[in-house]
Amino acid sequence: MSASDGVAARAVDVWKSYGSGDAAVTALAGVSVDLEKSRFTAIMGPSGSGKSTLMHCLAGLDDVTRGEVWVGGTKVTGLKDRGLTELRRDKVGFIFQQFNLLPTLTAEENITLPLAIGGRKVDREWFDVVVDTVGLRDRLTHRPTQLSGGQQQRVACARALVSRPEVVFADEPTGNLDSQSGAEVLAFLQRSAREFGQTIVMVTHDPNAASYADRVIFLKDGNIVRELLSPSAEEVLDTMKHLDGVVVPHV
Amino acid sequence: MFKATIKSLLSRKLRLVLSALAVVLGVMFVSGSFVLTDTLQRSFTDLFSSAFAGVDVSVSPKQEKGKQPEPLTPQAIADVKSVPGVASAVGDVQGSARPIGKNGKVITTSGSPRFGYNWTGTGQEKIRDGKAPQAENEVAVGGFLATTGGFRVGDNIALLTLEPKKTFKITGIYEYAGGRDSLGGELSVAFTEPVAQQLLLGKKDVFSGITVTAAQGTSDDALRDAVAAKLGSGYDVKTGAVLAKEQADQVNEGLKFFNYVLLGFAGIALFVGIFIILNTFSIIVAQRTRELALLRSMGASRGQVIGSVVLEALVIGLIASIVGLAAGIGIGALLAKIFSSVGGTNLQLAGIGVPMSAIISSFAVGMIVTVVAAVMPALRASRIAPVAAMREAATPDRPLTKITITGALVAAAGGASLAFGFNQASLPLIFGGILVAFVGVALLTPILSKPMVSLIGRLLSWSMPGLLGRRNSARNPRRTAITAAALMVGISLITGVSVVLTSATKSIEKLASGQLQTDLIISGEGQMEGQPATFPRDVLTKVEKTDGVKSAFGWSQDGVLQGEDQLFAVAVTDVTALKEMFALKPKSGDITPLRDDQIGLPEDLATEKNWAVGSTITLQLAKGEPRTYTVAFVWAKSQVLQGALVLPESASKEFRSDQIGQAFAQVRPGTNVADVQKRVEPLFADNPEITVQDRSGFVKQTTSQFDTVLLMIQILLALAILIAVLGVINTLALSVIERTRELGLLRAIGMRRAQVMRMITVESVVISVFGAVLGLAVGLALGVSTVQALKDQGISEIGFPWMTMVQYLVVAAFVGVVAAILPAIRAARLNVLDAIAYE
Ligand SMILES: Nc1ncnc2c1ncn2[C@@H]1O[C@H](COP(=O)(O)OP(=O)(O)OP(=O)(O)O)[C@@H](O)[C@H]1O
Ligand SMILES: [Mg+2]
Repeated sequence: MSASDGVAARAVDVWKSYGSGDAAVTALAGVSVDLEKSRFTAIMGPSGSGKSTLMHCLAGLDDVTRGEVWVGGTKVTGLKDRGLTELRRDKVGFIFQQFNLLPTLTAEENITLPLAIGGRKVDREWFDVVVDTVGLRDRLTHRPTQLSGGQQQRVACARALVSRPEVVFADEPTGNLDSQSGAEVLAFLQRSAREFGQTIVMVTHDPNAASYADRVIFLKDGNIVRELLSPSAEEVLDTMKHLDGVVVPHV
Repeated sequence: MFKATIKSLLSRKLRLVLSALAVVLGVMFVSGSFVLTDTLQRSFTDLFSSAFAGVDVSVSPKQEKGKQPEPLTPQAIADVKSVPGVASAVGDVQGSARPIGKNGKVITTSGSPRFGYNWTGTGQEKIRDGKAPQAENEVAVGGFLATTGGFRVGDNIALLTLEPKKTFKITGIYEYAGGRDSLGGELSVAFTEPVAQQLLLGKKDVFSGITVTAAQGTSDDALRDAVAAKLGSGYDVKTGAVLAKEQADQVNEGLKFFNYVLLGFAGIALFVGIFIILNTFSIIVAQRTRELALLRSMGASRGQVIGSVVLEALVIGLIASIVGLAAGIGIGALLAKIFSSVGGTNLQLAGIGVPMSAIISSFAVGMIVTVVAAVMPALRASRIAPVAAMREAATPDRPLTKITITGALVAAAGGASLAFGFNQASLPLIFGGILVAFVGVALLTPILSKPMVSLIGRLLSWSMPGLLGRRNSARNPRRTAITAAALMVGISLITGVSVVLTSATKSIEKLASGQLQTDLIISGEGQMEGQPATFPRDVLTKVEKTDGVKSAFGWSQDGVLQGEDQLFAVAVTDVTALKEMFALKPKSGDITPLRDDQIGLPEDLATEKNWAVGSTITLQLAKGEPRTYTVAFVWAKSQVLQGALVLPESASKEFRSDQIGQAFAQVRPGTNVADVQKRVEPLFADNPEITVQDRSGFVKQTTSQFDTVLLMIQILLALAILIAVLGVINTLALSVIERTRELGLLRAIGMRRAQVMRMITVESVVISVFGAVLGLAVGLALGVSTVQALKDQGISEIGFPWMTMVQYLVVAAFVGVVAAILPAIRAARLNVLDAIAYE
C-alpha cells in the first residue's frame, strides 16, 4: 500500500517497545493514524503515553518494533540510515522543545542549514516569505545566544519550513516559552498550515496550544483513544480530564 | 541524569588516559634512554675486560703530544723478558686493515674497529676452521669478518693497509672464548709477523706493543713496576685491568653523551606533554566548575580546592610514571637487543639492568611534569567565585589581553636569552631561550588563533560540514591554541634544523661553484680509523698525465704542534696550482712554490698569532725533531682554504702518512669533465676508499650526512609529535562529548554520517595545520637566527627548505585526518535521540 493522496504521513498498526523480557516497556501499542495534508494536527495525552515516541517514529528518528510508517509516498519502515537521513533532510522538518539551533551559526545560516547540508539552493522568494511570516527579518545576522527563547523557537520553525517538507513535526515547541512568545509561535504554525498548506503535527500538554490545531488526537498508554476536530481550549481540557476514565482496548 | 553522570565520568576517564599517555611516553623515553645506555655501558665494560683477559701488563711506546710514537724494537721485548717475574713477553703488531668484500667494496662497520695484527698463537683467539697463517700471502680472519663478508677457508681476501690493495689467501678462521665470532663487532685479520710489520707499521722488525704475563706469585702491579723500572722512560707500562678500564671509560664517555642527547629529546617530548596535560586539566576543571563552586560555598578553602586538583594530578603522574618506567625498561632492552644484533656490532649484551637513575628520574619527571601542568588550572579553579559558578556552568570567554601581553614578554625574554646565548656560544642559554620562547609563543597562540583559524578554515569550508568544522575550531581559542602549540614545538625544531642544514648546503654549493676552480676532486670517502683514507704519490702523477687533465695537485694532511697549540697543516705538491684552483689572493708576499723551510699562512691565523711574512715559526711534526719555517706568504681570507698552514711537499715525510689525502684537478678548456673523470677513476682501482668526483658530486658527498642528521632528528622528535597528536585527539574527543546535543540536532535535521565525520575532520585538520604553520614560522625564525649566528663559521648563505616545509604541512594535514578518525567515528555513531536528550 502507499499513502494515498491527501495523506502526508501515516502509521499502520505501529508497535514500539523498549528493552526486552520483563523490563520491556511498550510505548506504542498498535497505533494507526492518517495525518492529512495541509492540516495542523495536535497530539495530546498524559506524560509517558507515547506522544514523543510516535512522533520520532513518524519522523524517521526511531524505528518501529512492528507495523509500518509512511511519509508522503515513502515507506519509512525498513529504510537504512542513509535513507532515513535523506528523509529527515528533505521530507521532514523537526522542531524540538529547546536547543534547536547551532550556536556557531547565525539565524539565517540556521534556517538554511538543512538546504546547505543537502547541497540544495535556497528558494529566495520562499525564504523571504517564511522569514517575514516569523518576523525575524532584522535578526537574521544574530547568533542564537543573542536571541530570546521565543525568537529562537521561531528560527527553528522557519528552518523546519524553509525546505518545504511533507510534514513538520514539533515536540512541545512552546513548552519552554511564556504565553506571549508561545502564542506567536503557535499563530505562525497555524498560518503556515492555512496559508501555505504546510502539514504540521505538534505534541503539546497545553489545551490552549491545542486549540490552534485543526485536529487533536489523544493518546493514552500507547493508543489513540479520542480525537477532536477544531476544538476550543475548554473542550480539550474537558477531554483531558475524562481521559483517565477511558479504557484502553488491548489487542 | 544518572546515565549522563556515568557517561561524563567515563568520558573523563578516557581523557585522563589520553593525557596520562603523554606522560607515559615521555617517561618511557627517559627511562628507556637510561636503561639502554646502562646496558650498553656494562656490556662494553665486559667487552674490554674480556679483551684484556690474557694481559697482565702491557707495554706501549710513550704517547707524546703531537708526535707519532716510535714503534718498539725487538730489544725492548728482550729487555722485558729479562725482568724477574715475567712468564712471557710477546711483541704485538697492530694497525688498520680494511677488508674488501666480494662485491669489490670496502666492508664498513658501525663504529667497531677494523684492524690487522700478527698471529702469535698466544692470544685468546682459537682457530675454528683451517690453520694459522704461515706464508707471506696467507691470513687468518676473525669469525665475524668471515660471516659479514661471506669468506671461507681457501677464499682470497683483498685488504687495504698502509699499502694499497693486496690480496691474501685465507688459511683459517678464528673465534673467541665461548665460540664468539668477535668481541664487539670488530673486523680483524691476522698476518704472519713480518707481513704485519710491513703492512701495518710500515717497517720490518718493529712492534706496536708488548703483552706481558706474570709468573706465578707475581702480582700485576709488582710486575708493572718491575717492567717500567727496567725499560725506563719512553714507555707506557700499564696493567691489563687499567687498560681495560681506560678503554671502557672512553667508550662510556661517548655513551654518556649519547644518553644526554636522548634525554634532551625526551625533555622535548615531556615539554610537549605539559601542554597536553595542562589542556586536559583546564578542561576538567572547567567542567567541574559547578562541583568545585559547591565545595567552595560549603566552606572549602581555596587551598583545599587547589589540593584536590593537585592530588588528582599526583595520582595520574604516579600511575603514568610507573607505566612509563615499565615501558621504558622494555624499550631500552629492545633497543639494546637491536643494537647488538641488527646494528652489526655483535656485542655480547650484559644482562638488562634497571639503574637507579632510571627509576628516580622516571618518578621525578612524571610527577613533576603532571603537577606543574595541573597547577595553573587548579589556581584558576580556586579563584571561581562560588555564586557565579553556581549560576552558570559554562565558562565565559575570558578576554585574551593578559595572556597576550604575558606571551609577548615571555617570548621576548626567550628571544633575548637566545640572542645572548648565540653571542656567548652558551648552549644552556640557547636551549633555555628556545624553550622559553616556545612558552611565549604558546601564550600568544590564542590571539593568533582567531585570524589564523579562520584563514586556514576558509580553505576547507567549501561545504556546510566544513564551515561548521571551521567555526567549531574557532569556538575555544585557548583550547585550539594550546593543542596547536603542542604540535608547533616539534615541527619548529625540525624546521629550524632544516633551515640551518639547507643554508649550509647552499653555502657549500656557492663556494664550490664560485671560488673553487677545480673540476675534479679526489678524496677519501671512508674514514680509516680516525684518519681519512689516502693514496700513493705515483697515482697523483698518473692523474696529472691523464689525457684531458690540464693540471693537478694534492696534499698530505696532519696535525702539527706549535708550542702548545695543535694546528692543521697540508703539505702541498704544487703551490702554483693550489693558488690558481682555489683562487687564493696574496695578502702579503707572493704565493709561489715554497722552499723546504718556507711556509704559507691564512690571514686570520697570521693576525691571531701576530705572524707576518719573514716571521719564523717552529713546528713539531708527527715524526722527527722540531723544524723552523719562515713565512713566505699570507693569503687573503678565503672561504675554501681556511685555518690550515701550507707546508712544502717535503714536510709530508714527517707526517703520520706521507701519502696523498686529497687531490684536485682542472681539465683542459673544451674538454668534457665527465670523460676525464671516467679516465681518472680506473687509476684508483687499488684504492677503493678513494672517490673521484666533479664539483656537484663533491657538494653532494659533503652534504650527504646532513640528510642523515635530519632523519635522526626527525625520528627523535617523532615522539614529541606523537604526543601532540594525542593532544589533538584529546581535544576533538572532548569537542564531540561537549557538543553531543548539537551533533544529535544536526543528524535529526538530515546531516549524513559522512558529513558529520567530515565536520570533525575539518576541525582536526584546521588545528593541526594551524600548529604546523606556527611551527614553520617559529622554526624559520629559529633557523634564520642560528644561521646569522653561524655566519662566521662559514654559513654565509640563507636557504629555505621550501619543499620540506610543504611536506611538513601536508603531513600535518594528514595527521589531522588521522587524529580525527576515532572522534569522528564516535560522533557519527551517536544515536540521534540519545544525543538530543544528552545533558
Ligand atoms: N529510550 C527509552 N528507553 C526505554 N523506555 C523509553 C525510552 N523512551 C521512552 N521510553 C518509555 O516509553 C514510554 C513513552 O515515552 P514517550 O517519551 O513517548 O512519552 P511522552 O508521551 O512523550 O511523555 P512526555 O509527555 O512526558 O514527554 C514511556 O513509558 C517511557 O518511559
Ligand atoms: Mg515527550
